Amino acid sequence: MTANNNYITELVERYGRGRTSLMPILQGVVERNNFISDLDMTEIARELDLSAAQVYGTATFYAFLDTVPRGKYVIRVCKTITCDMHGKRRIIQTIEDMLKIKTGETTPNKKFTLLETNCLGWCHEGPAMLINEKPYSGLTPERVHDILHEYMNL
Amino acid sequence: MSDTKLKRVDLIFGEYSNVKYKVLSETMKRPNEEILEDILESGLRGRGGAGFPTAMKWRLTAQSPSEEKYVICNADEGEPGTFKDREILTRVPRKVFSGMAICGKVIGAQRGFIYLRGEYKFMLPELMKELDGYNEHAKSIGLDFPIEIKLGSGAYICGEESALFESMEGMRGEPRNKPPYPTTSGYLGKPTVINNVETFVNVMMIMRLGAVQFKLLGTTDSRGSKVFSVSGDTPIPGIYELELGMPLDRFVDEFGDGDTKAVQVGGASGFCVPRKKFKDTVIGFEGVPTGGSMMLFNSSRSMYHVLHNYLDFFEEESCGQCTPCRVGCQQLRKGIQAVKKGDKQSHYLDQLMKLSESMKLTAKCGLGQSVANSFSSIVYNFKEEMIY
Ligand SMILES: Cc1cc2nc3c(=O)[nH]c(=O)nc-3n(C[C@H](O)[C@H](O)[C@H](O)COP(=O)(O)O)c2cc1C
Ligand code: SF4
Ligand code: FES
Repeated sequence: MTANNNYITELVERYGRGRTSLMPILQGVVERNNFISDLDMTEIARELDLSAAQVYGTATFYAFLDTVPRGKYVIRVCKTITCDMHGKRRIIQTIEDMLKIKTGETTPNKKFTLLETNCLGWCHEGPAMLINEKPYSGLTPERVHDILHEYMNL
Repeated sequence: MSDTKLKRVDLIFGEYSNVKYKVLSETMKRPNEEILEDILESGLRGRGGAGFPTAMKWRLTAQSPSEEKYVICNADEGEPGTFKDREILTRVPRKVFSGMAICGKVIGAQRGFIYLRGEYKFMLPELMKELDGYNEHAKSIGLDFPIEIKLGSGAYICGEESALFESMEGMRGEPRNKPPYPTTSGYLGKPTVINNVETFVNVMMIMRLGAVQFKLLGTTDSRGSKVFSVSGDTPIPGIYELELGMPLDRFVDEFGDGDTKAVQVGGASGFCVPRKKFKDTVIGFEGVPTGGSMMLFNSSRSMYHVLHNYLDFFEEESCGQCTPCRVGCQQLRKGIQAVKKGDKQSHYLDQLMKLSESMKLTAKCGLGQSVANSFSSIVYNFKEEMIY
C-alpha cells in the first residue's frame, strides 16, 4: 500500500505475525499516531492474515486504542469516585477553559484531546490525570495551569 | 494509646535479602511437594479479591498434564480505590519475579507474563530494567523461566482472568465460560496459574520466613498481612500493610476523619459498610473480603452520588457480552435516577435490588455478579439518601 504505513511492517517485524502480537501492534500504532485509522486496521489484518473485522473488533474494545483521530497529547482525567470527591469537576473546567474545548473534543491545532477515564490508581492523591502515558496527581487548578503551559510550549 | 493502634507490618515491602535472589536460589533446590506443603500450611489465599487458596490452585495446575504451561501475574489493578500493586511492582519487583519463578518450578511452566494495565505504562522503563536483571540472573543460575510484560489498554474487565487471557491472545477482553478453569485451560488453552501481584510476593515471604512465622499474622480464616489502599475522606490516604482480620471500627479510628459515615470495602465491586456496623465487621475472608481497596466517606457525602458513580463505572466497563450485565447495569442506573427524580416510588428500589440479585445469579462473570454487592449494601443502608 502507501509508503507512509511502513511503520506497520516495522511493528509486524518486531512483534511477529501471530494473533498474540495484535495488541502490541495496535498499541504501537497508537503510540506513533495517537489513533488507529481504518487503513491501518486493514493493513494489519493483511499482515497478520486476519479479517479486518477481527482487527476492528479488538481495537474498538479497548478504551486506550483510539480509532478516531486524537491530538498529540491525550489528556485523560479520572472521574471515578475519589477523584470526583476531591475536585475533578474543577480540573475538567480548568482544562476546558484553557484549551477552549469540551470533554471529548480535540483542539483545532490537533495538539490536545480531553477525555474522561475511570480510576487510574492514584486515588490517594486524587484528582489525577494522564497526559499520554504520564500520570499527574494531587491536581489543583493552579497546577493544571502550569502543567498545560509546559505542554503548550512543547 | 499505642495498643489501640492497628498492627503495622513490614513483610511485603521489607528489604531484599543481602544476596541477590537468595530466596529464589534456595527454593529452587527444594522439592515441589515440600514447597506446596508450606504454602498450604501457611493458609495463603489469593490477594486479587476472590481469595482462592493458592496452594490448591498451584497443585491443580501442577497435576494438569501438558508440555506447555504458563504463569501469569495479574497487574491489571483496575478496581476503583486500589493502587497497591503498582507500589509493590515499583518498590519490590524482584519479590514478584521470584514468586512467579517459584510457581513456574512447582507447576512445570516454561514462561511467565506480567499483564500490566495500560494506565501504568509509565512504569515500563524501570520495570524492564529490573526484569532484564532478573532474566540475566535466571540464566546465570540455569533457571529456564523468562518473564515478559504484556500491556493492557484501558479495560477494567481484563483483570478478570479469562478476559485477561483473551486480551493477551489479541482478542476482545470478553470473559470465557467456566469451566474449564485456568488450571486446565488458561492462556492459549494451556494450564495456567494466574495470581495477583501481592499473592506472588506472599509466596516469596512464606519461602523466606516459613509457614509458621507467616501464620502468626492474621486470623484462622485470613492468614498473613495485606496491603491496603486507603482513600477518600481520610487525613492519611495511602498504602498500608496491615494484619488481616482487623475489626472495621479500629480501622476507622485510625484512618477516619472523625466523621466517617461509611466505608466501601473492596472497591466498586465490594461492600458498603455503614457506621452502625463498623463494630461487628471484620476485614478478611471470614467477614468482608477486600482486594485492598478501602474508601472512606464522611457525612458530607451523598451516598446516592457514590452509587451513581459506581454504576457509571460498571456500565462503561461491562464488556457487554451477556444481557443481565449489559442491560442490568443500565437499568439500575436509570432506576435510581427515576426514584431520585420522583418518577418512581420508593418501593421501586426493592425491585431494583431484586434485579441486582438476578444479575448475581445469571451474569457470566464476576463483574456482573458483583454489582449487587455495592448496589444492595448502599441502597439498603442509605435508603433515605436514595429517595430524598
Ligand atoms: C471484573 C474483574 C476484575 C478483576 N480485576 C483483577 C485485577 O485487577 N487484579 C487481580 O489480581 N485480580 C482481578 N480479578 C480477579 C481475577 O479474576 C483472579 O481471580 C485473580 O487474579 C486471581 O489471583 P489470586 O488468586 O492471587 O487472588 C478481577 C475479577 C473480575 C471479575
Ligand atoms: S457479566 Fe458483564 S463483564 Fe462479565 S461477561 Fe457479562 S457483560 Fe461481560
Ligand atoms: S478514583 Fe481517580 S485515580 Fe482512583
